[in-house]
Amino acid sequence: MSFIRQYLSDVISGVKSLLTGMRLTGKYFIKHKETNITQQYPDNRQELFAGLPDRFRGEVVMSHDDNNEHACTGCTACELACPNGTIKIVTKFDMTPEGKKKKAIDKFVYHLELCTMCNLCIEACPTSAIKMAQNFEHSVFDRRDLTKVLNKPGSKVREGVE
Amino acid sequence: MLQDVIEAGNGDMIVNVGPQHPATHGVLHLVITIHGETIKKVEPHLGYIHRSIEKMCESLTYRQFIYVTSRMDYLSSHINNHACALLTEKALQIEVPERAQYIRVIMDELTRLASHQLWWGAMAMDIGALTPFFLAFREREMINDIMEETCGARLTMNYMVPGGVMFDIHPNFVQKVKEFNAHFKQKIDEYDELLTGNIIFQNRMKGVGVLSKEDAISFGCTGPTARASGVSCDIRKLFPYEVYDKVSFKECMATEGDSFARYVVRLEEMKESMRIIDQLIDNIPEGEIQGKTKAVLKPPKGEFYTRVETARGELGVYVVSEGATTPYRIKFRSPGFSNLSALDHIARGQKLGDLVAMMGTLDLVIPDIDR
Ligand code: SF4
Ligand code: SF4
Repeated sequence: MSFIRQYLSDVISGVKSLLTGMRLTGKYFIKHKETNITQQYPDNRQELFAGLPDRFRGEVVMSHDDNNEHACTGCTACELACPNGTIKIVTKFDMTPEGKKKKAIDKFVYHLELCTMCNLCIEACPTSAIKMAQNFEHSVFDRRDLTKVLNKPGSKVREGVE
Repeated sequence: MLQDVIEAGNGDMIVNVGPQHPATHGVLHLVITIHGETIKKVEPHLGYIHRSIEKMCESLTYRQFIYVTSRMDYLSSHINNHACALLTEKALQIEVPERAQYIRVIMDELTRLASHQLWWGAMAMDIGALTPFFLAFREREMINDIMEETCGARLTMNYMVPGGVMFDIHPNFVQKVKEFNAHFKQKIDEYDELLTGNIIFQNRMKGVGVLSKEDAISFGCTGPTARASGVSCDIRKLFPYEVYDKVSFKECMATEGDSFARYVVRLEEMKESMRIIDQLIDNIPEGEIQGKTKAVLKPPKGEFYTRVETARGELGVYVVSEGATTPYRIKFRSPGFSNLSALDHIARGQKLGDLVAMMGTLDLVIPDIDR
């Protein structure tokens, strides 16, 4: 007799525990409109990009001002700091007005496909020439497109940056 | 092994779970010998995601090798980074400012919360309940947003540097963490309501995969897995680092050692993590965020070892330094590997359908097992 009673009480408490969970699910089923958390990417691209925090690390870029000048002196500190060999600095020699030879950057080659967005290069740069951009959509059809030259064509180092 | 089973001729069968299997959450390959429904042997085969992280670290400087460790246990990436930063600081005797210590511990606990939330959702999904997964991700998303704002990334933050943290906290950080804590304090009861009391869930978890205290010690299990068997092994309590000796929290323990005990211990741990954050978040002292370090870090000759408590257990970092800029030898003692080794022992004699529940409560992260 006690076995049957035990059995029945197990069944009842079991069903009750299931209903407790169902109640919660049911609550969300009814009011899910307000608590919706999924996002409709790529329909919401605009808001998504606007809402990305400034520190978000998407890719390394070099900032240029209006005169097409940057702050990179070609010191290769970033190249040495990078754990993956993502950055290659190609330097050249410019002539200063006084007729002296001066080392300057020719190409800042950045291999996006190797970059892990670790921020070490940006920390290492003494002149804050490079920074992180928020773009995260990096898919391309050709792998070669991921190798970028960050200094713009014809750009030169800003006056006074050593 | 297949040959042995065929020759024995007693009706045993070999079943491969993985390397591509939705319940292993990674490329874990289990070769299981079963007799009918009963498991006779589980043999994990590793190597599918071996990236030779230890060897890679030997060619990186003491500043660079920290970031690689985010790729081991990617759910506790902060804590992995923390262990490596601690090691460099220990080797070079760098003083970490108090502000950085507070930030580090808060970040560690947030990571632990995020990791346990993901585990809760994924484990419930493995045994057939899909709703918890969405609830867990709702809360985890809040933590990810906090991380994104302060550290700049959602999963592999690389926020720790030798001597402190990379940036100062974002102005919104304190506010957002408090909001999250208040939100999650309410919602964690939903977790209990939805899953813990559920009769089907309980029947699948209770008495399944029992790991005794002695076995937990002999397999080298750590973290919630061992604490559910009654082994006191919380590094935060036993060997406090940073400001863990200043906060009061409970080491969550159970004695049953079954899957349900491991589940309960992790749920309790989430509550304790929230308590730790509560105590620290209002008292972050002003000051520097990075200690003074040289540009090139060259630890003296010798051997160094540090350990931290990740979401899965004890992570140890062992470095042999020859006085150069890169480590001579580096070894990680990862919690997942030891916890996985107990799987064969606890699964023997159980039913095949329960294997997933056992794997779920061991909380295996495959890249951590297989570096
Ligand atoms: S973010 Fe890291 S991986 Fe990428 S270029 Fe900079 S240092 Fe190299
Ligand atoms: S980006 Fe900065 S660190 Fe890199 S070469 Fe230019 S100035 Fe030097």
